[in-house]
This record gives sequence, C-alpha cells and structure tokens, in this order.
Amino acid sequence: MTKPGIDLTPLLRQEMMPTVWCPGCGHGIIARGIATALMSLGLDMDQVAFVGGIGCSGRAPFYFDANSMHTTHGRALAFATGLKMVNPKLTVIVPMGDGDSMAIGGNHLIHAARRNIDITAVVFNNSIYGMTGGQGAPTSPLDSRSTTSPMGSIEPAFDTVELALAAGATYVARTTTFDFQEMPQLIAGAIRHHGFSVVEVLSQCPTYYGRLNKLGEAPDMLLYERDRTKLLEAFGPPPEITREEMVGQLPIGLFRDEERPEYVDQYHGLIARAGGGKSAS
Amino acid sequence: MRLVQGNEAVALAAVHAGCNFYSGYPITPATEIMEMMARQMPKTGGVFIQMEDEIGSIAAAIGAAWGGAKAMTATSGPGFSLMQENLGYACMTQTPVVVVDSQRGGPSTGLPTLPAQGEVMQARYGTHGDHEVIVLTASSVVEAYRMTVEAFNLSERYRLPVILLLDAVLSHMRENVEFPDVPVRERVMPTIDENFLPFGPDAPFVPFGSGHHTVVTGMSHDETGLPKALAGQAVQRILRGVQERLAQDAREITFYHEMELADADIVLLTYGITARAAREAVGLLRADGVKAGLLDLQTLWPFPEWLILEKTQAAKAVLVPELNLGQYVIPVRAAIAGRCPVESLGRCDGELFTPEAMVEAAKALAHSLEIGGVAHD
Repeated sequence: MTKPGIDLTPLLRQEMMPTVWCPGCGHGIIARGIATALMSLGLDMDQVAFVGGIGCSGRAPFYFDANSMHTTHGRALAFATGLKMVNPKLTVIVPMGDGDSMAIGGNHLIHAARRNIDITAVVFNNSIYGMTGGQGAPTSPLDSRSTTSPMGSIEPAFDTVELALAAGATYVARTTTFDFQEMPQLIAGAIRHHGFSVVEVLSQCPTYYGRLNKLGEAPDMLLYERDRTKLLEAFGPPPEITREEMVGQLPIGLFRDEERPEYVDQYHGLIARAGGGKSAS
Repeated sequence: MRLVQGNEAVALAAVHAGCNFYSGYPITPATEIMEMMARQMPKTGGVFIQMEDEIGSIAAAIGAAWGGAKAMTATSGPGFSLMQENLGYACMTQTPVVVVDSQRGGPSTGLPTLPAQGEVMQARYGTHGDHEVIVLTASSVVEAYRMTVEAFNLSERYRLPVILLLDAVLSHMRENVEFPDVPVRERVMPTIDENFLPFGPDAPFVPFGSGHHTVVTGMSHDETGLPKALAGQAVQRILRGVQERLAQDAREITFYHEMELADADIVLLTYGITARAAREAVGLLRADGVKAGLLDLQTLWPFPEWLILEKTQAAKAVLVPELNLGQYVIPVRAAIAGRCPVESLGRCDGELFTPEAMVEAAKALAHSLEIGGVAHD
C-alpha cells in the first residue's frame, strides 16, 4: 500500500484545483484515499471512469484525471450501470453523498446491489447536506441538529452498511476519515472486487454539521469519529449489538467480501446463449 | 409484406439503425418495444436492461452512450414525466440518445390504453432550462419504422436527444408493411489529439475509454467540458451554436407530407395518428367542393415555421386537429400572426377524430369565413 506522502498528482486534474471543498472538510481525505488506492492498483486512468452525483461529493469526478461524469442528483449509479454494461473494461467508481445514496438515489443503490454489477460506490457520509447549507439527511443521527431539524432530528438514521448488506452488495465496508491507514486498503479492495462494492466513509463537515452540533473544528470531529466507532474483528461478521449500544461502537471495517455471479458476466452469458456473437463492447 | 405492430416496427428499426443498448421500465402502451428489445438485443450482441424506474432508464441510456453505444429507451406519459430531468442532462452534455414516448391519455395515470397527443409541448419544453431538442412523430407503422431510424441518425448528427412521439393506437396497431431501406448514419471514431475540444462547435462524439479524459457535466461548462469561470457565457455560446446548426439545416431535418395544398383555401395541419383521418377528410371536403389541403408534419420540433408559412401562404384558414386541448396550434397561430384564422380542433377523451368530424369542423370554419364551396343557409 502506498504510504502517505507519495506524489498522487499524476492522478489528479490540476486545472480543477483547488477543490470546492471547505477547509477542514473530510472529502479531500476520501479523494486522497481513492487516489492512493488507484495508485496502489496501478490502473490505467484511460480505463477508469468516475461517475458522481450532486452535492459536495458529486464534485469528486472533476478532480481525477480520468473519464469523468458529473450526473444528476442520486442517479449516478444508473448512469454508471449503462456505462459499465457497454464498456465492461472500464473500472467504474461512483463517489456518492449520503443524500445521493440514501435519499434521492436509494432506489438505484439497492438495485445495483441486487444485480451485483461490478461498480464501486464510495459513500461520502458527512451526515448532512453540505452543498445546500446544512439541511438534515437520512443519515443524520436521531436528535442531531441541522437547519431543517433545528430542535433535533426526530427521524432515525439509515445505516448504509446494513442497507447495502441486505440489498445484496458483495463487498461492504465502513471506515472513517480518521482511519486513513485502512481507508485506501478498503477502497482498493472494493475496486479489485468483482461485483458491487459499497465503501461508506464517515466524513466530517465542520462548516455545517460540526458547527450546528457543537462538535468543534475539523480535528475535533476526527476524534469524534474515532470515539464513536469501533473496529470490527478483521473480516468477521458485525458484532451482535443493539442499536442503542451502537453509540460509541458503530462498527467499522470490512463486513462482507464474497463472490456471487456478477451482472455484466451474467448478461454476456445470455448473449452467448442467444447466439449474439460479438460482445457489446 | 408482413403484419407488424407499431411498437414492433420501432424495435426493428432501432436494431437496423445500430441500436446496441436499450434500457426501460414496463408501461402501457410502450411495453412491447421493451419486450421486443429484450429478445433482439442479446441476439445482436447488444445490451438490454430493465431498470428500476424510468429515471434510471434514461440515465442508463445516457451512461451507455458515453460508453460508446447507440442507446434508446421508450416509455409513455408518466414515465416520460420522470425522464425530464435527465433529458435536460442529455441536452446539456450533448449526448446522442433516442427516447420514444407512446402517448396515452393524461394528465397523471390518465387513460393508459387510449391515444392522446398531450406531450407535444412537454417533449419540447418539459425539462427545465432552455435547450434545443428534435421531436419526430409518425402516423403509420412504416412511418414509425422510418422515423425511428431518422431519430438515431439525427441524434448522431447533432449529438442531441431525439424524441419520437407515438400514441397508443399507433403503438398497438398492426399493418401489412414492406420496410423501406432507410440509410443509417454510422458513427465514425475520429482521431483526436490533446487539443481536442469535446464540446467544441461540431465536435464529434467521443465516448469514454478513447484516451481523452473527457469531463461530462450537467453544470454549465465551456468547450473543454470543464465548469470554469464565465461558464454562463460559455453555455450560452454552446446552446446557441446548436440552435444555429439546426436552423441552418432546417430543410433537411423537417420531414412532412402534403396533399392538395396548391389551391387549398382550408389547410388541415396535423401530425401523428391524426393525419390518417385528415387525409380522408381532405378527399371528402374536395368531393363536396371545399378546396381543402393537408400539411402533415413528422418533424414537430425544431418548429418548422418556414414550412408552415410557405404552405399556408394562400390559405384562407388553417384548422389544427390534435388529441389535446390545443397545443401545437399555439405556435402555428403565432407563426401565421393573424394573416388568416387558425382554428383549434382538440379532444382529450381518448378517442380519435373521425374524418367526418374534421369535415364538419372544416365546413363550419369555411362557412363562418364565407369561403367558396360551402352552401350558405
């Protein structure tokens, strides 16, 4: 694995720097994690496609010197599905926000997982809508403050990992921007995995989530991430803990890494059975 | 000769045009296109996918286009409404894609098995923000075939989404047909260098994986594709460029039929399924001594104002029958600008016009204007 400090600039689109992300935002750490993973895998960027949605995370495709698509809110996985189906050689990475993946685009996430299509979804979860100024998200914890839940959220939050596991994703991991040593490895594993992968990365939004919930500056929020999570036994199943017990013990690590027939392969088998001869790509 | 359904003709034409990606979601009366593509795509090495909704269907089609495919999706009213946001994305990103909308009664769930022409304005203006788009329609199974191939050709040529409007009757109607050999515009992969501007004027469509690291975004961007400063001016330049190109080529991209227009006092202006009754109505009116003619449009948008002015130059009145409360009549009236009366004949009850209903309306119009050939009471 590449050590921090290595020059990742060949993978980045210099003319789009600096990024749109606020000082202290965790998304740059995730982008670095993705770049580090790509560097360790040595992939040809001509054959890497980033397909993003809308919001702070949706800007990530602009910053990689690859085939980059910035689509509509929540729909990135549907765009990516068409792209991957006709050009299976492409490594397709979908950076998504928690709004993209758990709210407006939740339907596409569960169906991509059900199909087990070879796409890597990286969920940048900062528990809030940052781009629009700090509104509540389906991932905002109960009682947390946002501009649309000024007295505290009365809605329980979605658990991205549980949802991805239940929907059939074959590689599911969670990490945080605090856990930078593990993050690139988990993302690299997801990219290598032949099937639908979801890597949720808990990210800090000091500008809105941190300020509205009095969590301090970005470094304080990194410590907050550290303190509310607990590393899984490597490759083990999630510990049997209740939702109430999860405070301080939100499990992180690799929850699933298993082989199941992949969708594009399945479709190409179907072409062969139909006598379609040449492949779609 | 063989008996072919309208939806089947669309699917066969798509395959002929080189379509190698289809995504869709079941909806009456468009479903047979999808069922046919589910059988045809694997046989020809193409991709078929049933998506989780129509939003995903058009998204997947656009994604597939950037993967290098000639892509199509088909739907009906409710699904077409769901597709509007991503239709705008295709416009903004200059992505060739074909969208078929088999119109049924609306609004909302409406009349799923009955015909309508309620999406004439939605097809043009349904997505937010201003843009150019090409909208075609058809009135017979053969024409549905021909216009589907033309939809692919135009989307390739102009890098635009092209919408084909059918209706429930044409979709489900069967006719004995001999398919014409419509030429197909093949996609040529250009050689590009590092100075290639993927969104420059007349830039060819270069899909992902070509080596050029293209940025595709629905945000305003310049010719490089990047959402840089002054993107507002850049996007205006790009959108106007598309508009000018379509205006320049108006004569080539406007498909229409005409009948007895040379000396017509009353011009029936129709499109789609409504043209069938109008052709008979013109004969009946002529037999009764009313000098009627027909202008039947297959290209609805860009609005062929030049053609309408040319063909109605000597007319004393224009009658616009359509299966809605009067949509296309609005730009027609604006184009004619008071030179002669332009009358709407609309219905949205799920029924087609009979030729007799058009004859009656044309005669009433002639009567009110004291146009020759109609006996005065």
